[in-house]
Amino acid sequence: MVHAFLLHGTAMLLDVYSGAVHVVDQMVVDIVQLFEQCTKQEILSQLQEKYTSDALEEGYEEVAILKQQGLLFAQDSYEAIATQFDQPTVVKALCLHIAHDCNLRCKYCFAETGSFHGSRSMMQLDVGKAAIDFVIEKSGNRKNIEIDFFGGEPLMNFEVVKQIVHYAKQQGEQAGKHFRFTITTNGMLLNADNSAFINEHMVNVVLSLDGDKQVNDAMRPRIDGSGTYDRIVPMFRQLAKERAHQGYFVRGTFTSQNLEFAKDVLHLADLGFEQISVEPVVAPDDKHYALKEAHLPILFLEYEKLAQAFVERSQAGQGFHFFHFALDLSGGPCAQKRLKGCGSGYEYLAVTPEGDLYPCHQFVGNTQLKMGDVFEKTIDASISKSFRERNVYTQTTCKDCWAKFYCSGGCPANAHQLNGDMDKPYEVGCALMKKRIECALWIKAMLG
Amino acid sequence: MKHIKTISTACLKDSAAHGGCGECQTSCQSACKTSCTVGNQKCEK
Repeated sequence: MVHAFLLHGTAMLLDVYSGAVHVVDQMVVDIVQLFEQCTKQEILSQLQEKYTSDALEEGYEEVAILKQQGLLFAQDSYEAIATQFDQPTVVKALCLHIAHDCNLRCKYCFAETGSFHGSRSMMQLDVGKAAIDFVIEKSGNRKNIEIDFFGGEPLMNFEVVKQIVHYAKQQGEQAGKHFRFTITTNGMLLNADNSAFINEHMVNVVLSLDGDKQVNDAMRPRIDGSGTYDRIVPMFRQLAKERAHQGYFVRGTFTSQNLEFAKDVLHLADLGFEQISVEPVVAPDDKHYALKEAHLPILFLEYEKLAQAFVERSQAGQGFHFFHFALDLSGGPCAQKRLKGCGSGYEYLAVTPEGDLYPCHQFVGNTQLKMGDVFEKTIDASISKSFRERNVYTQTTCKDCWAKFYCSGGCPANAHQLNGDMDKPYEVGCALMKKRIECALWIKAMLG
Repeated sequence: MKHIKTISTACLKDSAAHGGCGECQTSCQSACKTSCTVGNQKCEK
């Protein structure tokens, strides 16, 4: 399978099953589109009015050489890998819901402004310790274990965060495990003390900020309705500076209320942030802020504009890192990882303040998918199996999609929320993902 | 080649031969939390 696309006047080919990427001229695109169905003479004949015969001969030979080298029209040999289950299931990452409460009232919040469709509550230390014991026991031979402190707003329960970190490090040392901690915060409660702790212990920090003051404050107000931008931006800048701009993301959400989101990404870069992730909101059509199919043309143009600005700033020595444009073409994830995606429901689980286990943070509150709890150290085998067996070949729309090795079939929670079926991907999300991948590949071509 | 410039070779096939150790970061823990973005994850090897 070969995906051809044109971006800012540059024609490119992605050979899906080898992973090879090529910059080509339009003639090669035309040849490639006929190559598998037609003979050489038929191709030359069909294209002779557009190109000279010498050029067509050259182009055809170059395509043929790359096919011979396995860099074009490579065969799909991954389905067997996707269905290999010879390794034991291990849990290697937990999302700890430290606080099911929040000090903001973000209008697009999937967690019902922190309560996750239940009562507002805080995780107690005994639950956190049990979660650490649980993941050590369930992680098998896996050395690296990730713990994300999530909410609601985890800084509302930061003393427990600190104690869990210390406990995990102590227990991990005895068990031969390496814990990596991350935290997601809205920044309202950041101060010198907790920033220092975060910078010392967390390998990654996600700082929520949507864009300029108007955009951010419209969607991310405090409980009293007032804005948050003026409070959090100085704190985020200080935190990023103190960790030498490493291991963090300023993370925003765009919605139908700010379709022209490229300017918001650039605003975050202008504030001095070097690690930026701004993502589309995921919401059903009846929400006023939802992104719909009709919005796609303008969003595609926004990604193209952003990619252009990204290249220009990089070339001018003012580059920044944009999460969705960061493809590692030579040392990225292995095919096994790409086939199965996020690992929710078996490698990655969410823990509620009460210690209940769910397939991921976005399923919390959906009691049909409660998988057990950290005290009994149980995991529902049938739910786990349904997630584990999910891969890009079990989803019919993914199997024939050129982008499947970059999104790994998309987010099962999004699919479940929008389509009522984990194996039926969320279409608007797919379209945006594909556009981002094309932009990322184009950036590689431009920056080398 | 005059008409084709290859900017990345067959990394996916190569990775299948040596991959699957599972020590890598869980994709959703990195920055997104609302999308499955795997292509930009790093390999731990």
